[in-house]
Amino acid sequence: MSILLAMIQTLLFIALAPLLAGWLKGCKCHLQNRKAPSLLQPYQDLLKLTHKQPVVSKDASWLFIIAPYIIFSATVIAISVIPLIAVDLPTAASADVIVLVGFLAFARFFLALAGLDVGTAFGGMGSSREMTISTMAEPAMLMAVFTLTMTASTTNLSLAIGHVLAEGLELRPSFIFALFALILVAVAETGRIPVDNPATHLELTMIHEAMILEYSGRHLALIEWASQLKLMLYGVLIANIFFPWGIAQTLSLPALGYGLLAILGKLAILALVLAISETLLAKMRLFRVQEFLSFAYLLGLLGMLSHIILEAAR
Amino acid sequence: MSEIHSNWQLALQLAIEAEAIQVDSSVANNLTQWTIAADDWLRFAAIAQQHHLRWAAGWAEQGANTFLVNACFAHQEGYLWLCTELNAAKPALPSQATIYPAASRSERHTQDMFGIHFIDHPDPRKWTRHCAWQRHEYPLRKEFPIQGTPEAITPPNMDYQFVKARGAGVYEIPVGPIHAGIIEPGHFRFQAVGETILNLEERLAYVHKGIEKLAEGRTPDELVRLAARISGDSTVAHSWAACRAMEQAGGITIPERAAFVRGILCERERIANHLGDIGAICNDVGFAFAQMQFSRLREQWQRTSANVFGHRLLMDRIVPGGVSVDVSVENGTLLTQEINALRKALNELIPALDLNSSLEDRLFTSGYLSPSTATIYGVLGYVGRASGQDFDVRRDMPYAPYDQLSVNVAVEEQGDVASRVWIRVKEVFASLKLLAQMLSQLPEGELVTAWHKPEEYNEGLAMIEGWRGEIVTYVRFTSDNKISRFYTRDPSHFGFLALEKIVLNNIVPDFPVCNKSVNPSYSANDL
Repeated sequence: MSILLAMIQTLLFIALAPLLAGWLKGCKCHLQNRKAPSLLQPYQDLLKLTHKQPVVSKDASWLFIIAPYIIFSATVIAISVIPLIAVDLPTAASADVIVLVGFLAFARFFLALAGLDVGTAFGGMGSSREMTISTMAEPAMLMAVFTLTMTASTTNLSLAIGHVLAEGLELRPSFIFALFALILVAVAETGRIPVDNPATHLELTMIHEAMILEYSGRHLALIEWASQLKLMLYGVLIANIFFPWGIAQTLSLPALGYGLLAILGKLAILALVLAISETLLAKMRLFRVQEFLSFAYLLGLLGMLSHIILEAAR
Repeated sequence: MSEIHSNWQLALQLAIEAEAIQVDSSVANNLTQWTIAADDWLRFAAIAQQHHLRWAAGWAEQGANTFLVNACFAHQEGYLWLCTELNAAKPALPSQATIYPAASRSERHTQDMFGIHFIDHPDPRKWTRHCAWQRHEYPLRKEFPIQGTPEAITPPNMDYQFVKARGAGVYEIPVGPIHAGIIEPGHFRFQAVGETILNLEERLAYVHKGIEKLAEGRTPDELVRLAARISGDSTVAHSWAACRAMEQAGGITIPERAAFVRGILCERERIANHLGDIGAICNDVGFAFAQMQFSRLREQWQRTSANVFGHRLLMDRIVPGGVSVDVSVENGTLLTQEINALRKALNELIPALDLNSSLEDRLFTSGYLSPSTATIYGVLGYVGRASGQDFDVRRDMPYAPYDQLSVNVAVEEQGDVASRVWIRVKEVFASLKLLAQMLSQLPEGELVTAWHKPEEYNEGLAMIEGWRGEIVTYVRFTSDNKISRFYTRDPSHFGFLALEKIVLNNIVPDFPVCNKSVNPSYSANDL
């Protein structure tokens, strides 16, 4: 039963990710005073892409063709360990944050390789930039995560969420630092403004998009879907770690329903916040990203220090 | 232009006489025309440069058994038209590009199109030609058929020698000619180390449409329609320049009301393009909000153009001898109201851009063009004016209707992308002021002076301040009122040259915003 539930939760995650992308786009459109496409547009786009024949460069190797499948699968495995609507599912045992970071790094590794594989200048440029950013984003993310795990004394997400729920609403300076650190990392990792601009057509400015320029058809659909999953993954991570209230702690139907509503509401609000910040900010200069991520790292570090100084003594 | 014996010309004349260069001076249509021997072509350029003359345009044409090569130089107070005659058997003359780098591409174009050899040219590669036409075919020569040769597809130019950079970690990024956005084709070859641009080389002329050849044999009306299509965003400016050149040749004075309506059209075009550009520059640094707002303003502006003048881009509203549209009293009120509405909207929007520090961070110091480099390349328009080039045809060599108006010219020395945005903002407000003046002072009268065949002169050279800057247009008529030669030099020519310098030491991802801040027209550059 609970294994079935864990599978349903993962499928739900996969199914909802394009909706989140549609909602985010809708919020941005309204903030820019223009008509928004339907919330379901991302689904239609994915469907359209699967109908198209993928065009593969003659210089591409097998790596280029299997990379989308690897990236998508790795992302799906990553999301499967995250508590979406319920904690204490069987996958919880493997719901380790360091494993999660590892899966994401694995997907990114193949994406960067695929960007290099066809040998275009843009792909190589994108891969190089992506790796530059990830070298700074991953430590910052781990630092934020460590703050959390030190509080909960575990690197298991499910247990950590349970710990936060058990402690109740309490003002922890370390959590506030960690929250902001994780938000900054999430913006960088999901390629949002001000780090990357997912809506641009300017190849020379791209990071994530530059790596996938050569992809088309179902390959592109998989990669796009994986990016949407990643965006939702960070959203769920932030929502459920720092604001876990509402998540189902028992596996009863009303609790699960309530858990689903809660996560949808939390994601909608997070996406709105992201849309507002994307409307207010221009994309930063490429070499400012390191300052941005160093700041995220610093916040994570401060979170850990404040945990040791203020909270651990108790 | 009216002062024929001004001080700068006198000083130049003395310097030239001291160098023993024979000058045959004449005045045609208020323009001083100096004819010199081909051998003195380079020496003249050296002296002209010492006298701070700017290279403004260069073109050639085929006479009977001769080739005429022309260059137009500009001083703050006037123009100088330089000519020389070459023997048709083996046409060659010294290149001026060693002194005036701005002349380089123009000379390569002339070499490709006429087969006139420029001796000691610093860059002997093909420019406009790519791999089109047979070896000894020169499309702008009279014997070349106007419909071209049947060979449909130009073979790719595989062996074009781009400038190479060598060293550890130096790599090339080829961009274009086909780009991701809906923009014109052009190839950019970057040499970069890490993200820093070491060198940028442009390869253009992918949009060569043969405007110069297509113009041959046209009637004045047909020529204006062609000129209006040189670049869609500068349709008013180019058709005005073509009309003015033809009207000079024909000795035709247009009615005052027509001049004012032309002025209104031209300023409307300037405002529409500046609005679009301000938004587009912000969008290139990921600030889509500004793009949406300014696109909306531009769209509303163009819809009014469509309602009042019958065309969104105001294409074909200017005709030889005048204009084809009038501004009725109601429309005048409507346009005046729109001026106030736009001012109000901008007063709300501009502070929102100005106060956005993340936008500021991207625009300030990016894409710096120093005033000295701008002078070397003779950069015009908003690009030049953001780098201290205080020149505007409307103010410095005014033509109707600007001779009756006060033209404010915004100049800055800052030279970066932010400065080019601010110059545009200031120009929008200046144009709104001009529009208000023109609408309130709109004189009564005819809209068109009847065209008659040019008699006294058969050639005309006109300058118009389009929205990108000074346009120079040359027209020569045949004896039967047809066009024998048409040439126009769009300010994009200098914009592209400036762009190669602007991006140096910037990082690769900042190129698009640098490019957009210059926004040269490929179509008008390639002709």
